[in-house]
Amino acid sequence: MAKFELNDDGVVVIIGSGAGGGTLAHELTRRGIKVVLFEAGKRQSLATFSQVPGEAFAQLTWLEPRTQSGTSSVKDDYPTLPVWTCQTVGGSTVHWTAACPRVQEYEMKSRTTYGDVKGTSHLDWPIEHAELVKYYEIAEKRMNVARRHGVPGLPASSHFKVIYNGARKIGYQHVHTNYMAINTQPADGRGICIEQGFCAQGCKTGAKWSTLYTEIPRAEATGKLDLRPQSRVTRIEHGADGKVTGVVYVDAQGKEQRQKARIVCVACNSVETARLLLLSESGKFSQGLANSHDQVGRNYSRHTGGFCWGIFDKPVQMWRGATLAGVIEDENVFNPKRGFVGGYHLEMVAMELPTYPLVGLPYMWGRDFADIMENYRNIAGMFINGEDMPRSDNRITLNKSVKDAFGLPVANIHFDEHENDTAMRKHAQGQAKKVYDAVGAKRMITTRQTPGTHNMCTARMSNDPRDGVCNPHGQTHDIKNLFISDGSAMTTSTSANPTLTIVSLALRQAEFISREMGAKSL
Amino acid sequence: MMRGSQAVDHRSPVDRRDFLKTTTGVITGVLVAGSPLALVAPSRAWAADLKAFTTAEGAALMALARTIAPHDKLEDAAYAVVIQGIDAEAAKDPATRKLVKDGLAGLGAAFATSPETARVAALKKVEQTPFFQTLRVKVFGLYASDYAYRYFGYEGEAFSKGGYLFRGFNDLRWLPDVPLADSGPVIKQG
Repeated sequence: MAKFELNDDGVVVIIGSGAGGGTLAHELTRRGIKVVLFEAGKRQSLATFSQVPGEAFAQLTWLEPRTQSGTSSVKDDYPTLPVWTCQTVGGSTVHWTAACPRVQEYEMKSRTTYGDVKGTSHLDWPIEHAELVKYYEIAEKRMNVARRHGVPGLPASSHFKVIYNGARKIGYQHVHTNYMAINTQPADGRGICIEQGFCAQGCKTGAKWSTLYTEIPRAEATGKLDLRPQSRVTRIEHGADGKVTGVVYVDAQGKEQRQKARIVCVACNSVETARLLLLSESGKFSQGLANSHDQVGRNYSRHTGGFCWGIFDKPVQMWRGATLAGVIEDENVFNPKRGFVGGYHLEMVAMELPTYPLVGLPYMWGRDFADIMENYRNIAGMFINGEDMPRSDNRITLNKSVKDAFGLPVANIHFDEHENDTAMRKHAQGQAKKVYDAVGAKRMITTRQTPGTHNMCTARMSNDPRDGVCNPHGQTHDIKNLFISDGSAMTTSTSANPTLTIVSLALRQAEFISREMGAKSL
Repeated sequence: MMRGSQAVDHRSPVDRRDFLKTTTGVITGVLVAGSPLALVAPSRAWAADLKAFTTAEGAALMALARTIAPHDKLEDAAYAVVIQGIDAEAAKDPATRKLVKDGLAGLGAAFATSPETARVAALKKVEQTPFFQTLRVKVFGLYASDYAYRYFGYEGEAFSKGGYLFRGFNDLRWLPDVPLADSGPVIKQG
């Protein structure tokens, strides 16, 4: 692994080592570009992943405080966990559950397709669907996505048999074990899935793709990567010409350092990306970096969600098998006759016993709660993954009255749910009930909005600087050598789990950055 | 046992070390006859020492835990492990100690011996308080215990056993199998 000098102003600094940052680091270093990759968390490995759910949660999760405002139920149901993302090398690709649907063409043209939906800030993506598909193909091959490019799908677990039979009985046509970045055959130097569950605790076999043990070690092998774990970037600095010059960070020993840079790429997961841009306010940029049109932090999206648990009188044993290997795709269409615009997926989801009451049944307790728990062996699960409506006022801001361990204002997450989101959730829960009823469910339990595991759009790409923060390459409108390299750059949430899109955009961005560096325009 | 902190010594289901030095309270119970634990324990009587709470507070915590997560056939010893965890935290952290003590005092002296409907009503009134919200999460530590794993039939981590690939991940027989086109090949052992 390389070690670059703090005053080396030829390096590209990437902040965050997840799907976006980790992939970008590999793509740049393999082209011979020097990269310093900052990660706030520690480096774990297949050997160190804890298999105790509570310990694994503490080992991987970003646990520092955030505050919440707005009318969203998440404020009540998950007061301490509005966002569930990672702080560890590999970022949220360590705990992700590996679903890789593609964004659909109609979704990328939401403003055109849906028309003027009151109270939203819809915008067509500034890139064509066919252009994104080119990079999906590369990303899917790189990640060995099951059910794509001739790779077999995952086998059906007992849990999926329940979902599948119910879904088919009510007429759904597109029901399968999902497009999963989980090996179904040995590939990429990694083995196959052993159906152990525990995808979210860190996959101890490495069958699930994560930048921790794919992109990052490959980037290290080039000799061009300087990875700095447990290093928290607190500020991005700029020069008199308005171009960024480097970052201030607190190293693993707690000492403040300053790393110079030719280019800075921000990939901290949407909440922290927006927060870092805002924290970097200066005399020249008094509202924060890349924020001349007051767009940083706005349009925060996290997918319309909610759990749907079906209780049966026979065993399901949902904890056995890959956590998310099942999907119903039929509702991912534009059909306003349902009473809302945008589409959704119903995705199978399992939860371990210790996690289930805390996350799966938020704020239940007492006799009815205990009765549900008594049925734990006989429960099947799905969650809704739907497009949420972009709203300008759903946004990340700095809460100056609450400080983190570095003395910096924490992120406040403001979210008011749009009536379209509420209508979509209601429809999806109705469909989920039909699915379960078709195979003899005794009962279904639904929850309100789930914590944000998919955080998007807080520095969205747009053609017009007044509508967003960056251009179709993730390059910020305001500052030429400052890039957005994670889900923050997505223009709208769409109904697709975002990791595949984040990886694809990072592949595309790496081509752009290396080309521009080669041409000396960056 | 992987779940180290939750593992218990079967000869004494709860920790009795330092009894004379530090104990301020105690909760006691009897293992349910025929329960997995009773089969291996030398005695069915057990006692859990408390360092931060009194015996009365221990009884109130037991009643509270059994109201939040009422599993009638799950023995008190399973709840006692959780209460000991809360006690240990309170012994170290004055803020937790105060939060719990004040909260329990607010529920009144009769809480522990009240019927379930009265306990539910009392807790409903404090449902939105930090006391209740904190205790709810701590009581749910119950589901991370070996007792709960056995009781609910949950199998825990499976990596050490090679996963479920050859151990029944798809053994459900009450519904038809999924066609290959919508799933993937099942790998045979060997």
